[in-house]
Amino acid sequence: MTLANFNAPVARREALESRREQLVRMMEIRAVEDRIQRLYSEGEIRGSTHLANGQEAVAVGIARVTRPDDVVTCTYRGHGHALALGATPLQVIAEICGREAGAAGGVGGSMHLMEPSVGLLPTFAIVGAGLPVACGAALAARTRGTDNIAIAIFGDGSTNIGAFHESMNFAAIRKLPMLFVCENNLYGEYTRIDKSTPVSDLAVRAASYAMPSAIVDGQDIDAVADAVAQAVARARSGGGPTFIEMKTYRYSGHSRSDPATYRPAGELAEWQKRDPIDILAARLASEGTIAAGEAADLRAATAAAVEEATKDALASAHPSQDAILSHVTGASPGEDNRWNFWSKSTSSGRPTATPTSATR
Amino acid sequence: MRMRQAVLKALDDAMAADGNVVLMGEDIGEAGGAFKCTEGLIGKFGRDRVIDTPISEMGFMGAAVGAAICGLKPVVEMMFIEFAGVALDQLTTEAATMRYLSRGRLTVPMVMRASAGAGQGFACQHSQMLDHWFRGTPGLKVCVPSGARTAYGLLRSAIDDPDPVIVLEPRILYGEREEFDGDPAYRIALGSAEVARMGRDVTLVTAGAMLRVALAAAEQTNADVEVIDLLSLAPWDRKTVAASAARTGRLITLEEAPAGTGWGGEVVAAVTSDAFGSLKAAPHRITLPDAPIPYSGALEKRYLPDPEYVAAQIDALVSSGRAPAAWWKEAS
Repeated sequence: MTLANFNAPVARREALESRREQLVRMMEIRAVEDRIQRLYSEGEIRGSTHLANGQEAVAVGIARVTRPDDVVTCTYRGHGHALALGATPLQVIAEICGREAGAAGGVGGSMHLMEPSVGLLPTFAIVGAGLPVACGAALAARTRGTDNIAIAIFGDGSTNIGAFHESMNFAAIRKLPMLFVCENNLYGEYTRIDKSTPVSDLAVRAASYAMPSAIVDGQDIDAVADAVAQAVARARSGGGPTFIEMKTYRYSGHSRSDPATYRPAGELAEWQKRDPIDILAARLASEGTIAAGEAADLRAATAAAVEEATKDALASAHPSQDAILSHVTGASPGEDNRWNFWSKSTSSGRPTATPTSATR
Repeated sequence: MRMRQAVLKALDDAMAADGNVVLMGEDIGEAGGAFKCTEGLIGKFGRDRVIDTPISEMGFMGAAVGAAICGLKPVVEMMFIEFAGVALDQLTTEAATMRYLSRGRLTVPMVMRASAGAGQGFACQHSQMLDHWFRGTPGLKVCVPSGARTAYGLLRSAIDDPDPVIVLEPRILYGEREEFDGDPAYRIALGSAEVARMGRDVTLVTAGAMLRVALAAAEQTNADVEVIDLLSLAPWDRKTVAASAARTGRLITLEEAPAGTGWGGEVVAAVTSDAFGSLKAAPHRITLPDAPIPYSGALEKRYLPDPEYVAAQIDALVSSGRAPAAWWKEAS
């Protein structure tokens, strides 16, 4: 009744026009993150994972007011954003399990989810790296005369790295059509923001780049969507970039091996009282969009659908060794050298393949 | 024409041929570039295509990556290659893996061209080649022109290429003249070397500004030297080099790089494997010492291989069959 209706990424994105689907998507993100945690302990996941349970309203709020042809750069805490933007639970879970059905065929893993059909570039595993890239996407949109925008999504930890400041400055002087969305979840890796950063409202940093900014309750999807929609309208109409600080919280530690014992006692419980899914569920029930008690049914159905996706993911093959050598450069075996999105209509010609390139 | 003019013409022709080609860098617009390689282009193509950036190498390098993913073909000018150090993440981690991580759905058709190399008294923070920062990263291509013609041919191929390409322009050659008609169709395929001089006794492989030194040395030796201009360092033309070494039976590399990082290590290893049975002497590398580049004119002259030194090394190898010691080994 929910997920099965929207299997393709673009359709899943468009489905977010429905308030009910927004709630379901947030539940889906939570269920996937919970399942990922268990898959790790079941030995299906290698390396590291960075969960974003508690931050679902930010992800779905952004996705609901942006378009699939807008470009998104995102950090390695990106499972929720990938799902919100339209990647399917199967794509996400299979990728994190390193399987062929994964978004990147199993070569990327948790930190490198992607789905270009809904604008998501491979997520960036280097803190701050996505911000300059988003500037470039915005620059391309304007140079090419489209009304596309770019959205850089990053954490509070990124605001202390040079790439953040260089990007804010560059975007401001070129008036680039883009958004800087900071998920301030209070912790940069294992360190609380007050130990790493001399200001608690990161939005004040926008002022030094003469950039408009907003501070938003990141646990309230409607507040998120309203702020993002305003910034999107400004960017699309030539008004330049906006910095939005989402006050939010990650329920888990930094990565799968972090129990987050550095958090003050009671802090997690305080934030859980304002759980983003509960907030939206209560609002939809009071509006009459869902029936009283229906939220529990939706949650159960969503969890069941995620369990189905998990089964499919684990049934998917491990990638064949061809995946190792493919897509390294345009000269890689079987490479088709297709040109990028946004470029097909105006590029005057395809690139010249190097003499050694092979075709299948 | 001078090499600087060839670079300018390559940019001009590429921009005229394809509206998606844009330039980004410090002082490349109104100022025409620190080495005048973009002079006049802002007047011709406008501020949206010739983009003067703040002194923010990480920022504009990353913007080039994003713009390339989204359909532009950015050509970044890095005034001195050392400045890429603060932007390295965007090239070696982001640009280099975008095609791979996106399973070929996204590519990064960008070029970073940089002035590089020693010989003009810019001292240790503005005189390196630093090609090893890039050629060790799968997904990146690296080439080095040796004059006006190759600067044009390589840069046009780099801009045509669907992947990120680094073009290291030897700064010392910008003012040097070479006969070249500037044919807009002229290209040098990335990954292919040129035989710059035919010879029978020894294969001398070199690149960039060292080509002039190699050719001058070849005239001074008693040996008949075949000089190969590598042109591309990644990928490099193993076939041409190995075939030459198999023919001459001797291999020497002449590299503008410290011994510990030079491309010759890989060339010698590969060619030794390919042509071992044909080699009459152990392969030999002529490199820079593993020390920073000195400022003093007298020191920099000693630091860089000159034709006399190279000729003596060639003669020693050919006559004795054994690799001669480097000058800093002799001295110590």
